[in-house]
Parts: sequence; C-alpha cells; structure tokens
Amino acid sequence: MRPRRILADLSVFSKGYLRSPIALFFAFAFPVILIVTFGSIFSAPTSKVSLPVEDLDHGSNVSEAFLGALSKTGAVSISQVDPATVNASGGFASWLAKNSDPVGLVIPAGFASAYEAGNATQVTVFTDPEDAADSGLVVGAVDGVANQFNLNYAHGSTIITIGTANVGSQVFTEIDYLVPGLIGFTILTSPMFAIVDITSSYRKDHIFRQLSLTPLTKGEWLTSKIIWYVLITFLTALLMLGVGDVAFGAHVGFDLAMVPFLVLGPFFFVSLGMLAGSVAKTPESAAVIGNIVTFPMMFLSGTFFPVSDFPGYLQVVAHALPLYYVIDGMNQAALFHNYGTPFVLDLTVVLVLSVVVALLAIVAFRWRDE
Amino acid sequence: MTDAIRVDGLTKSYGPVHAVDGISFTVDQGAVFAFLGPNGAGKTTTVEILEGLRRRTGGSVEVLGLDPWSDGRALHEKVGVIPQDFRFLDKITPREAVVYYGRLFDRPVDPPALLARVELAEKADAHYDTLSGGQKQKLGLALALVNDPKVCFLDEPTTGLDPKARRAIWEVVRSLKADGRTVFLTTHYLEEAQLLADQVAIIHQGKIIAEGTAAEIIRRYGRPQRLVVDAPPELADRLRATLRLPVQVAGGTVEVEYRTKDDLQKVLAAVQGSGVPWSGFSTRSDTLEDVFISLVGRMDEGVLHPPGAS
Repeated sequence: MRPRRILADLSVFSKGYLRSPIALFFAFAFPVILIVTFGSIFSAPTSKVSLPVEDLDHGSNVSEAFLGALSKTGAVSISQVDPATVNASGGFASWLAKNSDPVGLVIPAGFASAYEAGNATQVTVFTDPEDAADSGLVVGAVDGVANQFNLNYAHGSTIITIGTANVGSQVFTEIDYLVPGLIGFTILTSPMFAIVDITSSYRKDHIFRQLSLTPLTKGEWLTSKIIWYVLITFLTALLMLGVGDVAFGAHVGFDLAMVPFLVLGPFFFVSLGMLAGSVAKTPESAAVIGNIVTFPMMFLSGTFFPVSDFPGYLQVVAHALPLYYVIDGMNQAALFHNYGTPFVLDLTVVLVLSVVVALLAIVAFRWRDE
Repeated sequence: MTDAIRVDGLTKSYGPVHAVDGISFTVDQGAVFAFLGPNGAGKTTTVEILEGLRRRTGGSVEVLGLDPWSDGRALHEKVGVIPQDFRFLDKITPREAVVYYGRLFDRPVDPPALLARVELAEKADAHYDTLSGGQKQKLGLALALVNDPKVCFLDEPTTGLDPKARRAIWEVVRSLKADGRTVFLTTHYLEEAQLLADQVAIIHQGKIIAEGTAAEIIRRYGRPQRLVVDAPPELADRLRATLRLPVQVAGGTVEVEYRTKDDLQKVLAAVQGSGVPWSGFSTRSDTLEDVFISLVGRMDEGVLHPPGAS
C-alpha cells in the first residue's frame, strides 16, 4: 500500500466522478429528494377520520353537545348529512355506500328528550369490516363520549385519567427516525450501484487490465474508492441532516458516534460492490447480482420504517441484513445517544463484515486473465 | 545479454484448443520485431503472455530476463504496453492521464513534451471520450512511454486508424527504435511490418511458419522476380520455345520469371526477337503480403505443413 498511488488514483477517480452529472445527481440531489419526499409524507399531521352524521334529533342541545364532544376527541372530522338526502338514497347504509364512506353515525330522533328523562337510547355507528382501522377508531371515540355522557348523567366523578409522555429525552417525530434510515439508504445505494457498474464495465473495457500494467495494486484501487465514498457519505449525511432540520424541524443532529458508521458503511458497500462485480461474468449479470443484494436491504433494514414495527419473521430477516446494523448504530448514536451494548454490537458486526468482505473482494477480483 | 525477449516452446491451451502451439523465437535488444498472422492465429495470446497479462500453459518465456507472469510487477516497471483496443476513463484528459501514470510509476513526467511526442498536444485537455480512434491510440502510446520502457509492446496499434493516424504511429515506432528501445509489434498490415521491422515472424494456427527479416522471408518463400510484358498470349508460346524459364499468361500480360541479370537480358532479347507486337513492360517482385497470403493460403489448403507438424 503506497499512499502516493492511492492519492493518484483518488485524484483521477474523483475528477471523473465530479464530471459525471449522473453521479452527482445520485450523490447529492437524490438524497435531498428522498428526504423531502418521505419527510413530507411522514410529517403530515395525522389525518382525522371523516365521519358523516345523520342527526335525526335535528340539532337538539344534547345531540349538539354530543357531537361537540366527539369532535373534541380529535379523532374524527364530522360532517352533517341532511336526512332528506339519506331518505332519497334509500337509507343511511346505502347513502354511505354511494359516497364511499366506510363509517357513519346516526343519532336517533328523541335523543335529547330520552337523555334528559334518563331513558335508554342508542346511537348507531355504521362500519365497514374492510376498513377495520377507521371503524375501530370511530367506535372507540363514540364509546368514550357516550361513557362521558353516562357518567355526567349519574353525576359520577372521574377516577382514572390518562396522561401522555414521550419516549427519549426529546420529543421525536417521524422525521427523526427517517433521517438516519435515509442516510443508511444512501450509504447502501450510492456505492453499491456505482461500484458494481464500475467493476464490470472496467473489466469489459479492459481498463483493469490496463491498470494491472502499472504498479497500482487491487488493494490500493479499492482503498481509493472507499476513501472517495466515505467523503461523499459524510457530505450527503450532513446535507440530509441539514435538510431534515431546516425543512421538517428534525431534532436528530450530527453525533460524533455516527462517524464509525459513516466510515464503515461505505467501506462495506464499496467492497461488496467490488465483490459482486468480480463474481459476475458480464455487466448485465453484475447488475442483477447487485440488485438482488441491494433491494432487500433498501426496504427491510429500517430505512423507511423502524424495524420494530415489522412482523416477527421480517425482523428476523432484517437482523440478517448488514445495513440494519449501520442504521441501528446511527439511531443509537444520533437519536438515543446510547453508546452501550446495542451500539457496540452494531459497530462490531459492521466492522467484522467490512473487513471480511473487503478481503474477499480483493481475493476474488482478477486484474488479469488466467 | 543481447536478447530482449526469449521464447522457447511456448504453448497456451484453452481446453482442447491449442491457441499457441510450441513456438520459439528471440528478439534482439533494440530491434523492431513484427509478429504477423491472420486473425485468430495466436498473436494476441502470445503478446499477452509476454506482457504478463495471460498465463502460459507450457514452455519458457523471458522478457528482459524476467518471467512475465511470476515477475509481472518487476517487469511492468521496465516495459510499456498498448493493449489491443486501448481504452481509458471517459472523463479524464490526456494530460491528467499522463500525470496519473507518472505518479503511479513514481517517474517525473513532462506532460506537454510527452503528448507532443505522440502528436497529441492539441488534445491535451480534451476528455478521453471526445478523442478520435487515432487520438485514443496515441494516448495509449504516451501512457506506455511514461515509465521510459526498455521494451514496448504494441498490439495492433494501427488497426482501424486512417492512413494519416497510422503514419503518425509509425513515426513514433521509428523514434522508439532510434532511442534504442526494443519494439514488439503485432499487426495484420503487412506493409507496416515491411516498413518498420528488423525481424519478422509469421504465426498461423498457433505455429510460426516463417521467420527472419522481411527480405529473407520474401527470398525464401516468395516467387522470383518477374518481367511482365503487355502482349498477346502467342508471345508466351514463342518464349517457351526459346527460353528455359517459367512463362505464364495472366490477364493480357505474359510473365516470365528470372533470377539473374543475364536471364533478364535474355528474356528482353527473346521478346524483341519474337516478332509479336508488345506495348510495354514492367518488373514485379513479391511483397511480404504476397508471401504471407501464399503461405497462409497454402497451409489452409493443406498443401504446406507448418514446421514440426506431422
């Protein structure tokens, strides 16, 4: 390993890289697009379930109070439906179906007088079994409000109340989990796609053969690529943290403990790309091998969704993917500032994998033909 | 040591196919050696074995006293190579490429001077992917010269180039020779070999079928010189009657082979004395190309067997 040769190769490779609009797009523009797109999707305020209500008590004081309380739960957005229109549709169920509304509420006639007299009365929630989430939410909200009214009528007092608190030292939002995941996504895709392509096309164009005629070694060539992608990864990570902060008010910031993952991540994926490009016989098969390796990791390593939200068997799959440990390590560092066992475990796994794959890549890689 | 390259009983097999089948030759230091052969004859396989890019199956090979495969790294410090279809990084300029090679070899380079030497100075700052075929090949030459090589391998350096670019490459080859470097040139342009080479070897079906200087090969395998007379065929009958030299009729001409000046004078006298009207004459001798085509053609027809074949 001669630093002079590594730097010479790094200088030429970086010039070629910076002159390639496609490489620059995927290095810098694409990560910003990713974070803006997914940040917008996940930071949107939780939408309320829209709830059409047919008030057969015609706006009595109790029905208005009931709907007011229901609206205050924040779970539903109420829209009144004119009973005349409902009749014209042949009943509330038909009206809901016609308007593609999965849930609805009917307040019966004489609701107020029954309540005031203390007679039993019933509100009806229409639900669609296919939309269990919305239905459950509405039934729960209506049930809560009804209980409140029952309690008030009996002049009872509330014994158990609910308070809410956030996990972690700060209030995390979706974007805080998303930023480390998307940084992990670019640590995977930026080197993998480029190096698989480079190794197979250099081989096809005999550029490796040309380089084998110089004193440059395979290890030096790989090292210069790793250095370059580590630099790119740092810039991309800072850019994504910045965009997350400015555009979405993310609390996650740069933490020194992210550094080992920002170094080892590209180290691992540059080596893996070189290995995939070496075992493939043609550029086409290299791309296929690269995609087979890359795609499961793109989605199942905690890039877009926390792995803890996965069903059990997918969590097992996630734990078999190297990128999981990179992202989990960055979450431990940047989000929880937890440098204990999980962090050390993540770091160890990534370090061992990187060294093994880099050595395999150098051994499997052929400068010249046998 | 006077041999820059020594090859003895070299073989290279791909399964049952013998791409190179026991060839031997030596190249003198400072010589331009042209390695000729039709496509698929084993030229590139041989040159790649000499360059250390390909492993041999059998025999021994030495370049500057080194085994190209096992001593490849030491050898590459001393030789320059332009592989067939030289390619380089698309977005890099010739100036940057030369500086890059200089740093890899840890040699001082003067990019403008080196690029001027291969007539590429005006394209020093153009990206590789904008260069023409000839300019790309010239960059290959420049890179091959960065480490001041003692032996230069040029594998079909002029294939596909226009005549002007070919001549430019020839000039560089001549200047390499003038520097005292050994040049190993493969080509299928016979005139190129005849113009440039001190030594020529012709390979066909993995075996060397002729070796020596171009003149020696022509003398040994070519037909004698001919006097070609533009005359009707009856001249041929008259000459056959008066001369004991081979006479042929070919497309409105009559050809008479001769070996000595005396013979030539006798032929001219016989033509004059024949009374057959003739309109002009010329002399013709075989070129390396004629010999090559006749040698390879006769081998392909099974008339001639390569040396050592049963």
